[in-house]
Amino acid sequence: MSILKPDFIKPVAIGAVIFAALAFLPSLVDSYYMSLAISVVSFAVLATAWSMFSGPTRYISLATVVFFGIGAYTVAVLGEVLAFPLVLLCAGLAGTVVALLVGFSTLRLAGVYFVIFTFGLTELVRQVVSWYEVNVTREMGRYVFLDITQNDIYWQLLALFAVLLLTGFVLGRSRLGFALRIIGEDETVAKHCGIDVTRVKVALFVLSALFMTLTGAIIAPRWTYIDPVIAFNPMLSFQVVIMALLGGPRRLLGPLLGVIPLTLLFEVLTASFPNHFSILLGCVFMVIVYLLPGGVVGLYEKYRAPKKRTLSTDTETTRKSEEKTA
Amino acid sequence: MNTEILLSISGLHKAFGGLIAVNQMQFDVHAGEIVGLLGPNGSGKTTVMNLISGALSPDEGKVVIGGKNITSLPAHKISHSGIARTFQLVRVLPDLDCVENIEAGLAYRTNPLWGDAAHKAALELLDRIGLAKQAHIPAGDLTYIDQKRLELGRALALQPKLLLLDEWLAGLNPSELQDGIALVRKLKDEGLTIIMVEHVMDAIRSLCDRCVVMNAGTKIADGTPDEVLSDPEVVRAYLGDSHA
Repeated sequence: MSILKPDFIKPVAIGAVIFAALAFLPSLVDSYYMSLAISVVSFAVLATAWSMFSGPTRYISLATVVFFGIGAYTVAVLGEVLAFPLVLLCAGLAGTVVALLVGFSTLRLAGVYFVIFTFGLTELVRQVVSWYEVNVTREMGRYVFLDITQNDIYWQLLALFAVLLLTGFVLGRSRLGFALRIIGEDETVAKHCGIDVTRVKVALFVLSALFMTLTGAIIAPRWTYIDPVIAFNPMLSFQVVIMALLGGPRRLLGPLLGVIPLTLLFEVLTASFPNHFSILLGCVFMVIVYLLPGGVVGLYEKYRAPKKRTLSTDTETTRKSEEKTA
Repeated sequence: MNTEILLSISGLHKAFGGLIAVNQMQFDVHAGEIVGLLGPNGSGKTTVMNLISGALSPDEGKVVIGGKNITSLPAHKISHSGIARTFQLVRVLPDLDCVENIEAGLAYRTNPLWGDAAHKAALELLDRIGLAKQAHIPAGDLTYIDQKRLELGRALALQPKLLLLDEWLAGLNPSELQDGIALVRKLKDEGLTIIMVEHVMDAIRSLCDRCVVMNAGTKIADGTPDEVLSDPEVVRAYLGDSHA
């Protein structure tokens, strides 16, 4: 079994040490930096989870906030009724069910239709929740008063991120992960190799949505007040896409390279230009898409690639000379 | 010669809008046979291949392999029923290396291989199709003939009973063509049944036991290569009335 091999144990051990060290952050910095750290880790989970599905398949999903919002709303509704772990479980279930429905009904759509659908889905879910609150509970907006501290949120998110990275790492070496890569390369070939492409895509979509839902659920107590406009803000979906694209969605740690600089940048932008945030976000998006289509990871690989090519031509020449001598 | 029928196609019909691409096609393929599927461009050969392999689903008709009705099944299930194919425009997985391209064929078949076993089997198969030295080169960097070999390798990795080759020999230079023909003949000797869409006459004459000729979606001839190539109907389809 490949789990016992050193090339599996080593990265997992290094990761475990890094995460253990990060768990001590609250005793080192004040609450402003903790709040920043929570933003970084939550975006790290969202962007990595997004990339887990959208990276290999190249399906651009704008539904991140649908799942994030479902998680947050579950906490708002059930937070004071059930123990928090049970609330997380319910959130996970709700996210999974919605992801299954969306997956089976839309993953046959290709390209731009999928993008538009996921964007429309955000609006649909927000309107449905608003309608329910207005007509059934007759109360728009809910308070979340839970005995959960900022540090608790940070630790939960950190643990979630660790689980996500481990999942992604195992997935990258599994038949399921390989199937997803083949689908991303050529869906037709994938089918003719015996891969049930719909099932693989739905499975990964659901897995990615589950992590997004849990992020929303864990972070909800930070807000104290939520309403559909806050919980289902489409801006979040775009931010996640930009971060993942800047980092490079086709490597496990790629999105992280986009999350750290952009979370800091967004922090500065919201603080200094609160009224122009959307415009600046749009500009950042365009700069990234035009200048760095492959992300930071792509840039790195591009500078490494020429070497690799020469190497393969070298082997080619050696091969030919070998053949001649033979 | 083995007379057991492996594949049986009957009443196959497919239209794209107003264009009838395949019209009441009917033929059988015996186990161990190489059948050439011929016809002028646009006569519906590739559509027939797509209907057999599940890339398209027929409007009417039946496809049966080894007694099992596979009509309109999704492509991945058809591949599990023992049919593998190559594509008219070669389709490798360009960013994956040659070993991974073969593993794609090994990992999802009925008796899948994964991990070390798959790696070993992939290297053996690469050796068999003459790509052992390119094992770790991305498929997109291979030459055209090597991409074709690799695509064939991926199809063989599925351990098919029936192999569909869609113009697999097209675009090769004369020495590559000889290699290609030798490779296909080797597969036949190993007992594989093959349907090949082909325009290269040398290959058809030297490889095919039987040919089915199509024109405008319909079957116009069925017989040995010599019989069908001298059939006036076939000559008319290719060259026009004045030559018949």
